[in-house]
Amino acid sequence: MNMANSQPGSMMTNTLGKAASQQMSREVTVSAQDVKVYYGDTQAIKGINLDIYRNEVIAFIGPSGCGKSTFLRVLNRMNDTIDGCRVEGKVTLDGEDIYDKSLDVVLLRARVGMVFQKPNPFPKSIFENIAYGPRLHGLASSKTDLEGIVESSLKRAGLWNEVKDRLDQPGTGLSGGQQQRLCIARTIAVSPEMILMDEPCSALDPIATAKVEELISELSREYTIAIVTHSMQQAARVSHRTAYFHLGDLIEVNATDKVFTQPEHELTEAYITGRFG
Amino acid sequence: MTTPNSKNAERLARVAASLKKRHAAEKRFRFFGVLASLLALSFVAIFFVSILSRGLPAFWQATFNLDVYFDPAIIEVEPRPVPNPGESPADFQQRDYAWQSQVGMVNWNRILENSLIALRPDLEDERRTLRSLFTSGERFALRDRFIENPDLLGQTVRLKLLADANVDVWIRGNIDRDLPDAQQQLSPRVRELADAFFATDALQMNFSTALLVNPDSRSSPASAGLGGAFMGSVYMILVVLFLSVPLAVAAAIYLEEFAPRNAITDLIEVNINNLAAVPSIVFGLLGAAVFINYLKMPLSAPLVGGLVLSLMTLPTVIIATRAALKAVPPSIRQAALGLGASKVQTVFHHVLPLAIPGVLTGAIIGVAQALGETAPLLLIGMSAFVSTIPGGPLEQSAALPVQIYLWQGNELRNFFEGRTAAAIIVLLALMLSMNALAIWLRKRFETRW
Repeated sequence: MNMANSQPGSMMTNTLGKAASQQMSREVTVSAQDVKVYYGDTQAIKGINLDIYRNEVIAFIGPSGCGKSTFLRVLNRMNDTIDGCRVEGKVTLDGEDIYDKSLDVVLLRARVGMVFQKPNPFPKSIFENIAYGPRLHGLASSKTDLEGIVESSLKRAGLWNEVKDRLDQPGTGLSGGQQQRLCIARTIAVSPEMILMDEPCSALDPIATAKVEELISELSREYTIAIVTHSMQQAARVSHRTAYFHLGDLIEVNATDKVFTQPEHELTEAYITGRFG
Repeated sequence: MTTPNSKNAERLARVAASLKKRHAAEKRFRFFGVLASLLALSFVAIFFVSILSRGLPAFWQATFNLDVYFDPAIIEVEPRPVPNPGESPADFQQRDYAWQSQVGMVNWNRILENSLIALRPDLEDERRTLRSLFTSGERFALRDRFIENPDLLGQTVRLKLLADANVDVWIRGNIDRDLPDAQQQLSPRVRELADAFFATDALQMNFSTALLVNPDSRSSPASAGLGGAFMGSVYMILVVLFLSVPLAVAAAIYLEEFAPRNAITDLIEVNINNLAAVPSIVFGLLGAAVFINYLKMPLSAPLVGGLVLSLMTLPTVIIATRAALKAVPPSIRQAALGLGASKVQTVFHHVLPLAIPGVLTGAIIGVAQALGETAPLLLIGMSAFVSTIPGGPLEQSAALPVQIYLWQGNELRNFFEGRTAAAIIVLLALMLSMNALAIWLRKRFETRW
């Protein structure tokens, strides 16, 4: 019943053609094996196996409470911050077990960045928002270097032209969509390998959403992206592969167009045709 | 048979009928609200009017303005010693003290009496009566003035000298002038002279700083002041500020941000909340038992008072700080953690700076509470009469609220009533300025997001 290990070959049928050339490399970045998550006595995830490939955009969809956000948080151990949360199973990042005791969670989060549902810039200036991560990890060797990182991060997030004249203004003064792109810029400023996005557009209007989606497609050239979304259109627009979660199980994972046109599982079909969710 | 239309009309009529009742309830509620606010405000007004009307006049005291002649015939002392070459400082100090005690032997009362006799030579035979017009502390004030400046010898200086407390009461009319002699505080002759001098410029009601700068005094009530109690309170507040606030903030940060939620931390939390509700006098008992009986710390010392008040304010500040930390949106913590900040970095880079206004407010409210607390201080000996201004937190001292308590119980009722109210004004002014500081700091550090 668990179809998590679907054939990577089906990826080739992706007709959306988003950065298709990059998917040629089948290098596994993240590999989850039999991951189970408990919140106290409740089991939120019931044993998930999933490989995520380098430079792909993978969308997690499913009805509310299906465990997709929880699974996303497993990948950079943000669940550690929740009281009573327990993770079983094995998750590797480039072959390294991220739940190993010897692994430093700070380093993991520098490698796997995260963008949250609600834009959450620090109540500091735009510059400080971006500079915080690099400064924290000592990535910049000089002030000019830091300024370079801030500029390139904002440019890659497509925000540079809008804010270059007011870097000293508070980041909280930007519009919702700009704030979310600021958060994305803040995440890529520490040069992670992978970016996790937890419903990044749910608090944004359609135009801001379109901009963020465009940005996600851009970023997929350099980063591996896992995105949780409630919008199936969004999953269809931005992702290469889509994983459908249901009540803590991973029901189906396949090339996005395949999931939306010929779902292999009846639950997936029921969900994407709007019979529940 | 009812048509849909008539049904609708009936429904509307019902709603309309209930409207009147609802409006009445609303009006009633508003009326009670306004009434309650007005009642509270009028009590505050009564309180302030009563305190100010009693306290403010106490800053003006019956004062003699006299030409005082430092008569060499009375002040028969050698010139103040100067250090001899080769003399050790200790030897010089000893000679200087000897000189000072010589100055102390001078009949300073006679100089005071002479300054009045200079105005009224006919009173030469009534020196005892004249002497009793001055408050007894003034002769020591003259002595100290001379020790400070021996060049005064042979000079005439215009000085303000406080009149006796009973003279002050008499002139103010705080005692019924028609009472029979047996019930008066002053003899008929003294009353007569006081009125006579008050009719001239010699005796006036003058603004006096004695109340603010002098230490407490029982032998010379007119010169009793808040100076000692004020310094005692300042030392205690410093102790609270540097002990209680850092401890409480650190404890709150740990409990709120780092401690796991389990039975032990739950127990700690419940206990902190309970401690905040413990009557303050119990902390005084604890202080007496631990700091004084067990640790043998000095009685009546501001340090001990500060320690006791620190214990008392700890829970208040912890609770306020935790509330401030809780109010920081969790999204900020997630943002920092998601970037790879450690827990400590997240707290100190983001959470604490955002909570600072709340923490400061809590700390100042806690300190203000400590400033006004009386009961625990009574149990560690701070209600003792102390006639000096403490030079450090280990010296004996009173505290402002305790001074109020002591003065309101003073047997010289009609004089100390005003002084008590004046002390309350000083304490209230301190409290209000601390609260103003809290508001200012809150506005200053507030971050909008």
